[in-house]
Amino acid sequence: MSERAASQAAAQGRRDRPWVMRTYSGHSSAAASNALYRENLARGQTGLSVAFDLPTQTGYDGDDPLARGEVGKVGVPIGHLGDMEALFQGIPLAEMNTSMTINATAPWLLALYVTVAERQGAARAALRGTTQNDLVKEFLSRGTYMLPPAPSLRLQSDVVAFTVRELPHWNPVNICSYHLQEAGATPVLEVSYALANALTLLDAVKGRSDVPEAAFPEVVGRISFFVNAGIRFVEELVKLRVMGRLWERLTLERYGVQDPKLRRFRYGVQVNSLGLTEQQPENNVYRIALEMLGVVLSKRARARAVQLPAWNEALGLPRPWDQQWSLRLQQILANETDLLEYGDLFDGSREIERLEDALEAQVLAELDWIERQGGVMEAVGTGAMKQRLVEANAARLRRIEAGEQVVVGVNRWRESAPSPLTASDDGGILTVDPAAEREQVARLEAWRAQRGEGEVEAALTQLKDAARAGTNVMEASLRCAAAGVTTGEWGRTLREVFGEFRAPTGVGGQGGEVRADEGDGLAKARRAVDEVSGALGRRLKLLVGKPGLDGHSNGAEQVAVRARDAGMEVVYEGIRLTPEQIASAAEDEGVHAVGLSILSGSHLELVPRVVQLLAERDLGHVPVIVGGIIPEADRQALLGAGVARVFTPANFDLNAIMADIAGLVAERHGRAA
Amino acid sequence: MTRGAGAVDGAPSAAEAVARGERGALARAMNLLESTRPEDRQTARALVDALAARPRPGGQVVGVTGPPGVGKSTLVGRLLGDWRARGWTVGVVAVDPSSRRSGGALLGDRARMAAPGRERDPGLFIRSMAARDRLGGLAPATFEAVLALRAGCDRVLVETVGVGQSETDVTTVADTTLVIVQPASGDTLQFLKAGLMEIPDVLAVNKADLGAVARRTRSDLRGALASLGREDVEIVLTSAADGQGVEALAEALERHRQAQADRLPAAREGRLREQVARRFRELYGTLAADRLGGEAGLLALLAALPVETAPGALLDALVARL
Repeated sequence: MSERAASQAAAQGRRDRPWVMRTYSGHSSAAASNALYRENLARGQTGLSVAFDLPTQTGYDGDDPLARGEVGKVGVPIGHLGDMEALFQGIPLAEMNTSMTINATAPWLLALYVTVAERQGAARAALRGTTQNDLVKEFLSRGTYMLPPAPSLRLQSDVVAFTVRELPHWNPVNICSYHLQEAGATPVLEVSYALANALTLLDAVKGRSDVPEAAFPEVVGRISFFVNAGIRFVEELVKLRVMGRLWERLTLERYGVQDPKLRRFRYGVQVNSLGLTEQQPENNVYRIALEMLGVVLSKRARARAVQLPAWNEALGLPRPWDQQWSLRLQQILANETDLLEYGDLFDGSREIERLEDALEAQVLAELDWIERQGGVMEAVGTGAMKQRLVEANAARLRRIEAGEQVVVGVNRWRESAPSPLTASDDGGILTVDPAAEREQVARLEAWRAQRGEGEVEAALTQLKDAARAGTNVMEASLRCAAAGVTTGEWGRTLREVFGEFRAPTGVGGQGGEVRADEGDGLAKARRAVDEVSGALGRRLKLLVGKPGLDGHSNGAEQVAVRARDAGMEVVYEGIRLTPEQIASAAEDEGVHAVGLSILSGSHLELVPRVVQLLAERDLGHVPVIVGGIIPEADRQALLGAGVARVFTPANFDLNAIMADIAGLVAERHGRAA
Repeated sequence: MTRGAGAVDGAPSAAEAVARGERGALARAMNLLESTRPEDRQTARALVDALAARPRPGGQVVGVTGPPGVGKSTLVGRLLGDWRARGWTVGVVAVDPSSRRSGGALLGDRARMAAPGRERDPGLFIRSMAARDRLGGLAPATFEAVLALRAGCDRVLVETVGVGQSETDVTTVADTTLVIVQPASGDTLQFLKAGLMEIPDVLAVNKADLGAVARRTRSDLRGALASLGREDVEIVLTSAADGQGVEALAEALERHRQAQADRLPAAREGRLREQVARRFRELYGTLAADRLGGEAGLLALLAALPVETAPGALLDALVARL
């Protein structure tokens, strides 16, 4: 054996254990997702990451009017215990590490999970995994909240209290900074908001009578984070080291947790999707690889679990092969390279230390700002934090438009030979069978027909009583799960007790207004808007809305803000609207154009309905403009259904879009007048 | 068919449809009132003059204002729900500021006002307006919109954002002014300092779930009102989050309406004259206004006219004096 080979073998002997490798997946139905999970596990994936569809995430049944078009689209539909059993059929939950991206309905999905595991014969103590269960970021960015802030926080802490007692190996909360970065947060905002959020939750749990004082350090130890990592991977690496440093300090100073193990900053990661491009999508493979470096290079701040997006996410839903390609990247990095053989590579680096100190100071200042807003829950209610995110994202987009921030294939080096990757018959993406919704509804009806209504009623009454009385809803939710209650029934019961809520949009007032310079795109757009406004007799008025359950409002917010800067009067309706609401608003408000944003893939169901409802109100002349992740075939279908324009992530020049809208309105007006 | 604001098919039948509260007619009327095209202005004037003469009996125009971030939209949403449950039809005008730079505007959280389930409610009409070049809290068309909605809806609510001093503007169109504040915040202090204690007929202290702080704020406000001799102003603790106090708020507003009922026609005429004088100044300038004796002179001239309700006719009468 050569010396080199021997040293290699020795090094491999003390290799660090690699992180948990997951792929965020699920679609169409529990059975289809089950097949996908089994396939992924066979390919060497070491944990599961369950993506739920939007009705499941927001507590609606598949046959609810709000669920139309959304069933099985961005994840698996789980309507009841039967679906959950089918999802994990043949997958021994006692041996799994399962991450569930579930928030508003986390108590419910956890109850279903525990029930299925017990029916498989697994002990509660054996269950390992994570419920995301972070509501603050839902209000700030992701939009799948269900209840107002105060009861949301309470349900969140119900899950924490339950797991502390019953599921010793469960991470009850994954505090997400991930979605903040997707919403445009800078590293400072990402770190400070996430830390403030975690402390708010811990404060809430600390006040609970069912969590003994002595168990509190253990609660602190259970908090994990779910972060993002963008292409500026040195900055990201520093960010994670700072988060770790601050978490250790804050948990000691604020809660007096002595055991260093319980103060450790533990996090999983999904690297950035916001920066993935529709143009030359193959380049995204490099981006994903570089982004991953930021979360694994430094041993001190290495991720515990990693999931990577697929190269084609800006085009549509990834196929199993696309996800496999991303998984292989993790496997190569963990197994072929020598990364896991060394201690921390950055300790003692003066440059890294300098960057850490600078970031830490900014984060502490931002934490003070949140405090001055009256704390996280208050700032969520007033929209103060949200507004800063919207402004940060607007600044990012402006830098890309102006070419100050280079994005290869987008604002530089745009010419490309035709890509063989997108040339296949499926257009390089996965299409969810439209029959999935129908079949899910049929299964739901069959489920309702065979269950015992008496026990369902009793279980829901227990849930309602627990919600009202302020006792932990987990016990009642477990009973509901066993009784055959549906996701929509569970959600409706809590909505009835706590009421519904619409988060502030963060879009309003004069924040982040852009200056137009003579001859630039915005000045041109303004002129076009002014001209058509003069002809109309009043200022061009635009309605921006998001139909369906998709809560990713970043795109819609940016369009609304830029339309204002181009001189339009903008009615921004926020998320989760039915086509009926949008059409009524268009009529009441007397708008000249309607802009719809959809990222969940439900555009073919929802958009034509809006067009039809407008026509019924004698508003057929009002142009409907659609933005989102829209595959080419769907684009044609939408244009055929009467949509005036379809914009995708490739249309990053917002000023050009504004001028185009003004032109469209002028054209419609001229034609009809 | 014309697709612009002129789509209203003649003022008389349009006025009938508005007075019946037909949603499409209300929307078209608002399009018309907001239009600056000369031909639309003609039609709009006829429509407003016709509608101004026929307010709904027992109706009420409530003006709402308060600093940002106090949960105004959500509380207003709850109030609208209460009114609808009483069987009243409601028209809302929500005014937001325009950008001086671009002329554009981001208009309200209208969805937060229209709670889920009410999107198909034919008895609730919400219109957002940009304040355009007006410095005050109201849009140029707000007053005309109020006159139109007053004929077509049992309750009219005008909401303005609280920026600077412009909150007081809302009193110039409202029968009852509701001011919303939150407990013990800097905003509340600001509000006290800004001299806004003069304007409310009813005060809501929102976020009453803050308990003792909310009650303390109420007694602070009560003291401040007393020092101005305004002990008659009702102060209601509300919680937009869970709906607590909303019914009490609706009742306080209703009590104010009843208490003012005898004085209402005269008060409305007074406000109409003020609006006409203001419009005259906007259209013809300070020089013209001064020639007719300034603010006081204009109001005196208007008061002497036999026409009592039609703003267009009143404006013409002033112009004829030039």
